[in-house]
Amino acid sequence: MSEHTLDHHAHDHHDDHEHHHGPAKGIKRWLFATNHKDIGAMYLWFSFTMFMLGGFMAMIIRAELMYPGLQLVDPNFFNQMTTTHGLIMVFGAVMPGFVGLANYMVPMMLGAPDMALPRLNNWSFWLLPFAFSLLIIAIIKAFLGIADAPNFGWTFYAPLSTKYGPESTDFFIFSVHMMGISSIMGAVNVIVTIFNLRAPGMTLMKMPLFVWTWLITAFLLIAVMPVLAGAVTMMLTDRHFGTSFFDAAGGGDPVLFQHVFWFFGHPEVYIMILPAFGVVSAIIPTFARKPLFGYASMVYATASIAFLSFVVWAHHMFTVGLPLAGNLFYMYMTMLIAVPTGVKVFNWVATMWRGSMTFEVPMLFAIAFVILFTIGGFSGLMLAITPVDQQYHDTYFVVAHFHYVLVTGAVFSIIAGVYYWLPKWTGRMYSEFWGKIHFWSSLLSVNLLFFPMHFVGLAGMPRRYSDYALQFADFNWWISIGGFWFGLSQLILLKILIDVCFRKKGAQATSEVWEGAEGLEWTLPSPAPYHSFTTPPLVK
Amino acid sequence: MTEQNARAQDSIKLAKRLTLIAVGMFVFAVGVLPPMYDVICDITGLNGKTANEADSAESAVVQEERLITVQFLADTDPAMPWDFKPVERSIKVHPGEIRKVDFHVHNRDAQWLVGQAIPSVTPSQASPYFKKTECFCFAQQELQGGDAMNMPLIFYIDPDLPKNVTTITLSYKLFNITEKVQQESKRVATTTP
Ligand code: HEM
Ligand SMILES: [Cu+2]
Repeated sequence: MSEHTLDHHAHDHHDDHEHHHGPAKGIKRWLFATNHKDIGAMYLWFSFTMFMLGGFMAMIIRAELMYPGLQLVDPNFFNQMTTTHGLIMVFGAVMPGFVGLANYMVPMMLGAPDMALPRLNNWSFWLLPFAFSLLIIAIIKAFLGIADAPNFGWTFYAPLSTKYGPESTDFFIFSVHMMGISSIMGAVNVIVTIFNLRAPGMTLMKMPLFVWTWLITAFLLIAVMPVLAGAVTMMLTDRHFGTSFFDAAGGGDPVLFQHVFWFFGHPEVYIMILPAFGVVSAIIPTFARKPLFGYASMVYATASIAFLSFVVWAHHMFTVGLPLAGNLFYMYMTMLIAVPTGVKVFNWVATMWRGSMTFEVPMLFAIAFVILFTIGGFSGLMLAITPVDQQYHDTYFVVAHFHYVLVTGAVFSIIAGVYYWLPKWTGRMYSEFWGKIHFWSSLLSVNLLFFPMHFVGLAGMPRRYSDYALQFADFNWWISIGGFWFGLSQLILLKILIDVCFRKKGAQATSEVWEGAEGLEWTLPSPAPYHSFTTPPLVK
Repeated sequence: MTEQNARAQDSIKLAKRLTLIAVGMFVFAVGVLPPMYDVICDITGLNGKTANEADSAESAVVQEERLITVQFLADTDPAMPWDFKPVERSIKVHPGEIRKVDFHVHNRDAQWLVGQAIPSVTPSQASPYFKKTECFCFAQQELQGGDAMNMPLIFYIDPDLPKNVTTITLSYKLFNITEKVQQESKRVATTTP
């Protein structure tokens, strides 16, 4: 995904002499990158690196949980692994992965030459390595046994993170500040690009759904990332400057933390899934060779999900002692969100209905997404029922729920998108054979990994502990096997990416790449020229 | 070119507006949400907090026909080396009836320490009806090393208490605020000439 433009920019014949003709040489190309494809590629590689790192921590978690009792790590270290695994996957792998796709695809899909604010784009990317260095240094120290990494869970509830947080918590706070600034700038860039750089004739209701979902995601980001920044800022002042936002001793309330966190947190989970909806809505019509069913309803469903996501946050807090009216309100609102989500699932199925389908790797991942994400939606509905959730809360059932929506949902869609657009980015086809192995291996292992978590959760196994009661031993052994298998399967993806991007293997891709593909990006040659559309195409 | 310039201008203008929204949301999160939460909780008693000031107890019409069980809980923060317990664990009161109960504290440490007790009422819907005319929690408590004392709480239950509530639990948590108090007095000492 990274080197391709170097040797192909020669084909890039455009007559606009105000633009630079090609990329700068060497490291400068990346440090000073303002090109949306260079930045997109960096985001995607960053995301993949974090995916591997977070995956490594998951392997430690599963190794410890393979057998009951404590074998490998002590409980405090275990907590540091669950915490940093969650943080790295959410903020390092999934979010930058989607930003990378947006950088690469939004200008191409709109008929624009680049993102609207290229220098801001550079800055938003380059904040990330620094933000994550702070976190990774803490993790390395934890491995060396020098100091504790954050150990309070990815939700960093007060007072665990305020009064009882280790020293690295302060670095974590600054790290979150930087990630927040990065995401906000990225979101600003996406919105400005969509509003100002559309090709003539590209009306809002003609935009591909991926662009639509990203537009709405970007608004969500601008609305809630500052709230996250606010939460960590209040943590910081509670820790060091004598305030008591979350400290009962000084008149504050730790439950306030949960409200602020989840006011951010629930929209955040939709930030991680709306772009996935966009990716899948691009892939399914291509391989079903039919236009997307119910385009307008998809747009409205996305907007309603985004809107509703602001009024359901307390479904994460059904056990804090909300009043009855509150419990009922959040229960019904949460169930309501399943309606527009259902609309989407029906539309994808209707798009496939009687299509002439073929099953290339992107399509396989997209179909798996539809089915497995729906399973995650159903477990979400179960959790939405307040009295039921009071039993399921903080058990492995919740872990199963959010891994179905995040791994087989968000992550599968990113992988599907990478397979789908890789030939456009690099000009080379990936190996369909290895791709299929990657898919089937991932599909089987991911279900072995996460499906039994439903059972142990319903039977009462709590999450975030390094040990468990003996009756859960068999299931946990299988879950760990699924975990190692899924982790190893991702090395196949690494191999495929290295083959295509660095070893330059694979057949030359045509500009259309996929037989049934529609959209402006497929009118560009493969690989796409360094500056996407220097003269805007006319959209009819 | 000029068209391009105009477009760039537009872009920057829009970017600035969006940034302003982001800044606004930050201010909302830090400056508006916490006070709003406090106000809502004060009015509704949602987080089980009771009023921080003494009530004047004028409206005390005793409802003889109703009897409410009031349970008392007391515990300490791990950083507070005091024993802290209610003298009576549970009493029965009529709404409107004024009652006095005692909580016992004993400083196990050799040091002089300052504590602050934070009350919380369950169910939370009862907290606005739990009226204190005098409470040790309105002030800080000091004990010399090894000392002990009884701390009074005088309260009544507002007769408007919803009918479905028959048991109220009042829980206190005692925090060690010695360091805070010392820092405060040091600051006062250095700023006043
Ligand atoms: C039909 C839609 C959904 C419903 C009804 C739903 C409902 C819920 C509920 C009620 C909980 C709280 C469970 C508990 O802690 O007891 C929960 C947790 C969670 N959900 Fe969902 N959800 C839905 C979709 C999603 C999506 C699309 C994502 C992300 C892509 C997501 C990510 C999460 C995460 C990360 C948690 C756990 C947070 C934590 O405590 O660490 N959910 N969901
Ligand atoms: Cu949620």
